[in-house]
Amino acid sequence: MSDVVLAGVSVAYDGAPVVCDLDLSVASGEWLALIGPNGAGKTTILRAIARLVPFRGAISIGSRAVTELSSREVARQVAVLVQEPQMPVGMTVSQYVLLGRAPHLGYLGKESARDRGIVRDVVRRLSMEELASRPLDRLSGGERQRAAIARALAQQAPVLLIDEPTSSLDVGRQQSVLELIDQLRREQELTVIAAMHELTLAGQYADRLALLVDGRLAAVGPAAEVLTERAITEHYRAQVRVIQMNGSGTAVVPVRS
Amino acid sequence: MTATVAVSVVPERPAALAGMPRLPWTWAAAGLFALVICCAVGVLVGPIHIGVGAVLQALVGGQVDPGQANILWSLRFPRVVLGVLVGGTLAVSGAAYQGVFRNPLADPYLLGAAAGANLGATLAIAFAPGTSLLGVNIVPLAAFVGAGAAVAGAYALGRSVTGLRSATGLILAGVAIAAFFNSIQSYVQQTQTASIRQVYSWILGRLVTAGWDDVLLILPYVILSAAAIFVHRRLLDALTLGEDEVTSLGIPVRRVRLIVVVAATLGTAAVVAVAGTIAFVGIIVPHAIRLLIGRSYRVVIPLSMLFGAAFLVLADAGARTVVAPAELPIGVITAFLGAPFFIAVMRSTRAAAL
Repeated sequence: MSDVVLAGVSVAYDGAPVVCDLDLSVASGEWLALIGPNGAGKTTILRAIARLVPFRGAISIGSRAVTELSSREVARQVAVLVQEPQMPVGMTVSQYVLLGRAPHLGYLGKESARDRGIVRDVVRRLSMEELASRPLDRLSGGERQRAAIARALAQQAPVLLIDEPTSSLDVGRQQSVLELIDQLRREQELTVIAAMHELTLAGQYADRLALLVDGRLAAVGPAAEVLTERAITEHYRAQVRVIQMNGSGTAVVPVRS
Repeated sequence: MTATVAVSVVPERPAALAGMPRLPWTWAAAGLFALVICCAVGVLVGPIHIGVGAVLQALVGGQVDPGQANILWSLRFPRVVLGVLVGGTLAVSGAAYQGVFRNPLADPYLLGAAAGANLGATLAIAFAPGTSLLGVNIVPLAAFVGAGAAVAGAYALGRSVTGLRSATGLILAGVAIAAFFNSIQSYVQQTQTASIRQVYSWILGRLVTAGWDDVLLILPYVILSAAAIFVHRRLLDALTLGEDEVTSLGIPVRRVRLIVVVAATLGTAAVVAVAGTIAFVGIIVPHAIRLLIGRSYRVVIPLSMLFGAAFLVLADAGARTVVAPAELPIGVITAFLGAPFFIAVMRSTRAAAL
């Protein structure tokens, strides 16, 4: 089981509170989107779950408190896709994906044939075999994002944390990356928690949305309940129209008055 | 008939994925070959001609002219071995610093090791000339202590300012400590004019050695340092990711950094103590390997050992012969040979991978 539960979680950077007393639970296999204006604390929550930042309160994954796990054990439970993954110059796609096996190796351990086999399977699964020996700096934006997803998958962690998966992609590539993540989570029963700023896409792909404002939970639930004109106007200071597209989710359309 | 059945039963062996990091054996063999050739040149070159036959005889313990045997065993062999240790260590330490600090210009002297060694040696030459401690000349010991003190100072300062969160804090601390040590060194050098020539010759770097003392003095540190860096080569690759990303892979970033920096510093302090500051080896050797062969530390670390050692032994042979019977400082040769070679490598690869 890989449900993620946050109870009374607070995070402060240099004394300034960023996340305050947050309660949130994500079921095993669920996709939860964290939405909210810039600076609402979305990234910080992801960092806290991956134990990249100290927090108060309790966070547990599959009913084990993350604070009781070693950092390697956390890495075997949680894979993180940061907003702008560093793409080391000259590193090949294979080598990059192989780094995802790190949590399964001892401190000075060496990858086994099994680790290399897992990398091969992941690269094949994402149809990147042609790119396997290509350096990361010669990939397109969409290919880089796929390489980053491949590295996270090679980690074989049941929980996937994603920070703005589509921030620098065009609309077609945004859709294909999100479709890929959704397929993978169904195949491999991953729990996905993603910070997303595209509200319409968030509503279409996530099971539930959590709207964060100033580090607090303003609303949580299915798109139709969370994405309301009132809530978005109030919290984002935006002029929007919310349109229910029968069967195809909730569209949030900016309007100009 | 049976053959076809047998063939169809054999399970299909999945093809290995392209682009996996591995040390190309051809290059490893080439590095070993280059090292052997350079060592041969280093042993054969010198004011007194000694033939290949005599060298081989001496190595296997055969009959050799006693005068030649003496030259080989007390001058040329120890000097070549020292060159191997110094060159390999400088190149590997440079590669390690570049990896830990994610800075292509990082060299083995980055954290003030050179400034500290220079100050230690200058103090020893100026105030205690000719002194030895337990049978060892005090100059390399003072240099070793100076290098260690400078790096420890830089580390403590960097840690107190940024808590090792950023490599930049450590680099800046190293710059400050180096400047401070250099100022004291310059002051001592200017006020003690009697020893100024000797100080200069030390600072410019040389592999002058009489016998095996220097080799034995640095051997344990050099082996420890190289072994520690070597076993961290996979983790050095991981450090090329962003800090959050490495941490989220369960890798203890600070521990890796600390161990590798301490190891590289230990090796650097040892070689700078016996050979002075030899510029450029720690930068050009690893970068030439990155540009020509590959950027993974699984490639860069072992090949830096081989090619760094070969390069320095060759440069030393040049330093001994170009203006014979006088000797050039070896740093002059490493830069004179190294810079054009490096420029050629950069141009031919169009620096695509920088």
